[in-house]
Amino acid sequence: MNENGNLLIGLAMGLNLVALGSGRLPTLIRTIALQGVAIGVMPLMIERDFNWRVCLVAAATVAGKGLVIPGLLRRAMRTANIDREIEPYIGFVPSLLLGAGGAIAAVALASMLPLLPEHAGSLLAPGAIASVLTGFVLLIGRTKAISQVCGYLILENGIYLFGLLLLRAMPLLVEAGILLDLTVAVFVIGIIVDRIQRAFDSLDTRKLTALRE
Amino acid sequence: MKGLLLIIVPLAGAALAAVWPSDRTRPWLLPAVGLVHATLCFAMLLNPPAVAPGAWLGFDALARAVLPAVSLLFLVCAVYGVSYLRLRSERSNRIFVSTLLAVLGLLSAGHQSRHLGLLWITTEGVTLATVPLLHFNGTARAFEATWKYLLVGGTGIALSLLGSFCLGYASLQGGGGGDLTFTALAAQGTGLSHPWVLAAWVLLLVGYGTKMGLAPMHTWKPDAYGEAPSIVGAILAGGVTTVAFTALLRVRSVVSAAGAASTADRTLLAIGLFSMLIAALMLLGTRDYKRMLAYSSVEHMGILSIGAAVGGAGTWAALFHVWSNSLTKGALFMSAGNIRRVAGGRTTDDVSGMALLTPRSAAIFVAGMFAVTACPPFGPFFSELRVVRAALETHHGAAAAMFLGCLLLAFFGLTRLVFAIVDGRPRSAARTADKRLHETAGVILPPLVLMGISLWLGLWTPDVLQNAWTAAVDQLRSFK
Repeated sequence: MNENGNLLIGLAMGLNLVALGSGRLPTLIRTIALQGVAIGVMPLMIERDFNWRVCLVAAATVAGKGLVIPGLLRRAMRTANIDREIEPYIGFVPSLLLGAGGAIAAVALASMLPLLPEHAGSLLAPGAIASVLTGFVLLIGRTKAISQVCGYLILENGIYLFGLLLLRAMPLLVEAGILLDLTVAVFVIGIIVDRIQRAFDSLDTRKLTALRE
Repeated sequence: MKGLLLIIVPLAGAALAAVWPSDRTRPWLLPAVGLVHATLCFAMLLNPPAVAPGAWLGFDALARAVLPAVSLLFLVCAVYGVSYLRLRSERSNRIFVSTLLAVLGLLSAGHQSRHLGLLWITTEGVTLATVPLLHFNGTARAFEATWKYLLVGGTGIALSLLGSFCLGYASLQGGGGGDLTFTALAAQGTGLSHPWVLAAWVLLLVGYGTKMGLAPMHTWKPDAYGEAPSIVGAILAGGVTTVAFTALLRVRSVVSAAGAASTADRTLLAIGLFSMLIAALMLLGTRDYKRMLAYSSVEHMGILSIGAAVGGAGTWAALFHVWSNSLTKGALFMSAGNIRRVAGGRTTDDVSGMALLTPRSAAIFVAGMFAVTACPPFGPFFSELRVVRAALETHHGAAAAMFLGCLLLAFFGLTRLVFAIVDGRPRSAARTADKRLHETAGVILPPLVLMGISLWLGLWTPDVLQNAWTAAVDQLRSFK
């Protein structure tokens, strides 16, 4: 797998930085969609032989992460009539620095982890850790609900990358269940985003402050 | 086979509720399904079925020790739900009834999951299914609470998935063939790769700990419990949190098979004590009596975690505490719901003198408050006493002292708030209200029944339950 697969993971890690540095929501959503497609075809790179089960998982992931979820987010963005993140808690340049530092730390950390010999040369583990960190920065650092959902998606993508280490060991049922759950999760989040927009007339999570001690 | 029925019956009920034409008669599906579920569950408690060692799902000793409590709580909540939904006839209850039944089915599946991946899928399913229940009231505050629940809960559940993958990788590296049932994982024992097991434990503790509401991952809890209808709060506090607790117990037994028991126990003890401390301090400060219940729940999750950390007799006491806490908390949530409907407010600034306006609910609320603060002769007193005794027997003297100190602080906090609401003269806003709730049997009997069970559990803990808890502790110890 290694050449093409590593190239795709490298692309996904680059997209993490694009997501951290962009203030425009359409760019952010497009980045998420592209990253979803990149990691969606990863299983095909890992399994050399044709295998219907792997193809099914790949097709479902590409459709879900590349088309359905970005479509939902775009719709939410249009109904809310917003297209940029104005005052993030963590600015774009500090986010980028955190992301770049996180990527370096991820590579260093992954080289210390005890990996199976067949995974030693791949970027799967560092890519997963870097994406999880990126997801956290977006979740914490952004104020618009849509940006936070994008952060959650990048976090999920990182975990998905890590799950690919187990691709050969996990039964299809588990993969299907996990994929289904994630899709439903984003679906539910999409609905709540829509309701928040209607109830607060805004998708700015800084306005969600009624509940506190 | 019967174990599967526990999952299928509620899910079928949920599907039926989704197509049921009448809003008026639909709520009766809740007690109907609850009754079938409870009957099945208690039949299996008395006659435990055999579980194949490699099965993914099964009514094993751990499920037998906990699931009947959830089933009983659900049944009582369902009866209360019929009266509650009649009062809320202004909005459609189609989604509410059908997701509530789906939650019961998924909870049954979660408690019976003996496979790492399946356990995660069911827990995530429960998290998602509770979302429509949380914003049933449709207010801006309810959506805010739901958003926070989704974001914090979703992140927690994502971390537990990462932890599950780490545990799977530990098994692969130890030469495992990819069988992720807890039996197979524990059978690998010290063959599991140690660094990956530790990483998995940390992530799973944070992930499932978020679902349980252990501090500092408890932040969703006050918002969700404060805004959700009271039966939803009762089921979250007594059902959904317990599924995360049994998940942690199952993972802990694998971790200790891998030779990291002392690390697991130390972290459980630390996080449990921290939860109790945070909860006790917040209880001293809060003015909102529904958020109070959430902090009380954080405190009791801390107690469960400490019980599990002490091991053996402590785990036994924790399983006892699951029963006594779930059922007592249910009574508190329902009586708080009655009080809230009449008072129209939620803080001590707006509400007082409820003993005059809702005398029966206020009485149950006070009794429930004494029960959860571990006053004899209710169930929580005896289960917490056993936790303390187990801690002292295993030389955790300092932890036991801190445990008792936090209980005392929590007692101060709870009594302060409860008596501020119950005593005094009613506020004019509530006195003039013509929406006065009639304290009918439908809203008084369910919490009263739960208080009765709590008392019974404390004074005459049935032998069959004691045996079930012993069997569960044995199962966890022998990693079957």
